[in-house]
Amino acid sequence: MFKIFKAFVKKEVYHILRDRRTLLILFGMPIAQILIFGYAVTNEFKDAKIDVLDYAKDQSSLQLVQHIQSSGNFLLNRILHSEKEIEAGFKAGTSKLVLVIPESFGADLYGNRPVSLQLIADGSDPNNANTLVQYALAMILDFQKERLKLAENPFQVRVETRMLYNPQLISAYNFVPGTIALILLIISAMLTSLTIAREKEQGTMEILLVSPLPPLLIILGKVAPYAILSFINAVLVLVLGYFVFGVPIIGSLTLLLIICMLYVITALSLGTLISTISKTQQDAMMRSLMGLMIPSMILSGFIFPLASMPVVLQYLGHIIPATYFIAILKGIMLRGVGFNFILFEVSVLLGMTLFFLFMTYKKFKIRLE
Amino acid sequence: MPENIIQVEGLTKCFGDFTAVDAITFTVKKGEIFGFLGANGAGKTTAMKMLIGLSKPTKGMGSVAGFDIAKNPEKIKKRIGYMSQKFSLYNDLTVKENIRFYGGIYGLDKKRIRSKTQSILKELNLNDVAGTLVAALPLGWKQRLSFAVSMVHDPEIVFLDEPTGGVDPHVRRQFWETIYEAAALGRTIFVTTHYMDEAEYCDRVSIMVSGKIEALDTPENLKHQFKAKTMDEVFLKLAR
Amino acid sequence: MNVLRYLIQKEFIQIIRNKALLPMMTILPIVQLLLLSNAASNDVKNVNLVLIDKDRSQTSRLLRNKIEAANEFSIVSYATNNSEAMPYLQANEADIVLEIPNDFEREYFRGEAPDLQLLVNAINGQQATVGFGYLNRIIAGFNGDILENGSMAQMSQTAPRAMIQIASRNWYNPELKYTHFMAPGILAEITALLTIVLTAMNVVRERELGTIEQINVTPIKKWQFILGKLIPFLILGLVILTVGIIASKLFFDIPIRGSVTLVFGYAIVNLVAVLGFGLLISNFAETQQQAIFVAFFFVLIFILMCGLFTPIESMPKWAQYFTIPNPLAHFISVSRKVLMKGSGLADIKMEFIYTIILALVFNSLAIWSYKKQQ
Repeated sequence: MFKIFKAFVKKEVYHILRDRRTLLILFGMPIAQILIFGYAVTNEFKDAKIDVLDYAKDQSSLQLVQHIQSSGNFLLNRILHSEKEIEAGFKAGTSKLVLVIPESFGADLYGNRPVSLQLIADGSDPNNANTLVQYALAMILDFQKERLKLAENPFQVRVETRMLYNPQLISAYNFVPGTIALILLIISAMLTSLTIAREKEQGTMEILLVSPLPPLLIILGKVAPYAILSFINAVLVLVLGYFVFGVPIIGSLTLLLIICMLYVITALSLGTLISTISKTQQDAMMRSLMGLMIPSMILSGFIFPLASMPVVLQYLGHIIPATYFIAILKGIMLRGVGFNFILFEVSVLLGMTLFFLFMTYKKFKIRLE
Repeated sequence: MPENIIQVEGLTKCFGDFTAVDAITFTVKKGEIFGFLGANGAGKTTAMKMLIGLSKPTKGMGSVAGFDIAKNPEKIKKRIGYMSQKFSLYNDLTVKENIRFYGGIYGLDKKRIRSKTQSILKELNLNDVAGTLVAALPLGWKQRLSFAVSMVHDPEIVFLDEPTGGVDPHVRRQFWETIYEAAALGRTIFVTTHYMDEAEYCDRVSIMVSGKIEALDTPENLKHQFKAKTMDEVFLKLAR
Repeated sequence: MNVLRYLIQKEFIQIIRNKALLPMMTILPIVQLLLLSNAASNDVKNVNLVLIDKDRSQTSRLLRNKIEAANEFSIVSYATNNSEAMPYLQANEADIVLEIPNDFEREYFRGEAPDLQLLVNAINGQQATVGFGYLNRIIAGFNGDILENGSMAQMSQTAPRAMIQIASRNWYNPELKYTHFMAPGILAEITALLTIVLTAMNVVRERELGTIEQINVTPIKKWQFILGKLIPFLILGLVILTVGIIASKLFFDIPIRGSVTLVFGYAIVNLVAVLGFGLLISNFAETQQQAIFVAFFFVLIFILMCGLFTPIESMPKWAQYFTIPNPLAHFISVSRKVLMKGSGLADIKMEFIYTIILALVFNSLAIWSYKKQQ
């Protein structure tokens, strides 16, 4: 019996190894993803551009413009000459923020009359608009303080801040756990569901099922190599994160790996479940892509904070295994928590896994009869 | 003396170091049923794929219906029909839709397609299942439909690659009757098979062993030459 | 031309007859659009806070009240010391711990500038900075409040504060609604994703099933075959796009300021490029599985680097060049520009030019790499 099982596993391993391209992609995907997140994609603003529509054109307005540039946050993009140019710049996407300085700027400023400046932002990207306006506001207030030598307010509150767990605010700390969750899902769930669907599509599943092995063992033999493969990949991401971006593993490595194992089983059972309801590879692919990958990417707190989403989506986020897995990973890796802190998440994940396994078993039996 | 519709000289196909088809030379006369025999893996399908333009020859020359197989494969394709070993009609299209589709891409006009559909459905007795998905048909029916569809554009030559694989002798017999009907219309039939009993139905047969043609003649002559009672015996003697 | 008609007809029958695929191609994208547009927001709306008030004075209560009143914060717990508060951070139940020190009030009024202590869970750097920013603003405001209604009012007479008034306005999206920004982008993403993956699987599927051999022995031209695959999925993509725009209008009331014709005109070019890419993958792939993973690999890179979630302008220069061969980046840029800002053809001409080049390159390669003969 064990011999046949071994033969099954072997066959699947050969199958994986022979398809060099898929293998290359499987290892290339996490590497590319980590590098993109680490080096290419960021929300920080460097060299934000600002356009100036200066009606005053006097000493003070020039000084203001210079002051804004001096911080290094802003680059002067263009000097505009009329209101119309504002709209043209926004529409072409070449300008994002315009500072309008009124004609009487210098005179009013020194004559102690109120001065009003206008900041016009391209609100089509709210995040961008918000940040740019905040930056510009800070710069202008700073300018005012310097100009007018405002008396310092003696009553102050100082704030002493410590950034815990990620003192340098390195974004890798946040996305390495997410990438692990995604990679494990891609390989364990998507790839296995496809492989089984493929056997069904090509009619070879029937042949496997008439072999003397019990069906569950057949499935086990099919998925075992993928479990190992995804596990290797998870370790690869951990190593990359550690050596390239310095993402630490403060907590217990053993605990971390055990949890990864549990999540691999969750994902495998999901993959098998998908394949039992899919007739073709296309079908299996669409189901795992739309039903698994995209929700796990978006609703798990990987890219966007779950707490800021509408309540309905928060509920949805809480039925996705990846949400719990990512929370556990962050806890162990970055905050160094022990088992007692993640008890709840682990039990939810375990419960989900058992549920999926049970469903798969039931579906599988029905299909056989 | 009928003309040679297929003419092949020293045709060779290599995959890396492996020579699948080794310098074969033969001719097929217009209107005959030519059996292309050999065991599995002898190189029959590879040789046939070179003739129908699915595979480029490594060496050698050949012409089909007057066109060079290396230079003018697309012109050949207008004049030939092909039924592959793997059933390759669309399972998710109905019988009628499959006929219409293949008629369409062979460039038949609407009227021709309609009349062709009528005649195929009638000949094969498929009128009742015209609107059924092909996936639901029994294998024997699928094969006959596949054969009919391969002739939807009235080709001069039809290439059949193991057309009767996997069906019982009775259905095979039936299938050969349809082949005879097609041949009676003046079509040349080029058929590969590894069922030696089917060789008896052919006008002439060639027998391929590991990439080479080892024998080529009428079944009668071959049996005589090898002092055998059946083609099966001829084959066994050759393969040894 | 006639041949093409039959190819397209056949492809459509297959698409429509595929019971499992059809809802995946129609209903799911819409659901995704609605979900994702709501989910994809970098707004930080809720910061969980643990408060440690060691001072317990009137002034510290004032600060506490101010924080409690702010919408952005929910107070998870009032702790008495650090070791009581830390487990909340450890368990990820709190984002920030704020400690008001002993003698806060006294030091404040002596002008000794007391220190408030903030412990921020900074794993997600962006959220940390935003939450920290909110709190800073409240503390700054608190300072002003005390000055205004306290006995220190004479301060504000000698030195006029806030001489420069700044009016900031956000054009096109005055309320800075995130959904208005995300929906057009996500729509473009979903359309591209679906069409790439479906075409990538398509040709290789025919190869796996063996039907392609039957087509290859017909005198059909290569470009006919490629067009026969391209047009049905182009139409499918346009249908998804149309339904998506209607859904976005109905559910999010996204503005449609520019010309819808322009959006569709561009979408056609873009889809042709994207589909050409999918067919190219399909021609090279040996199995459907391989096709999916290769497609998925590229789609992932396309999505991460298309400006959907993070602005292209804040990428390093070298990475910005990588967005030029990314059709999705152009699609998102165009749909945002035209729909939200009402940009015209002249404003999106670079996107148009790049996309046309991509369409030509991908499709020529697709035709070239489709081999009727081995």
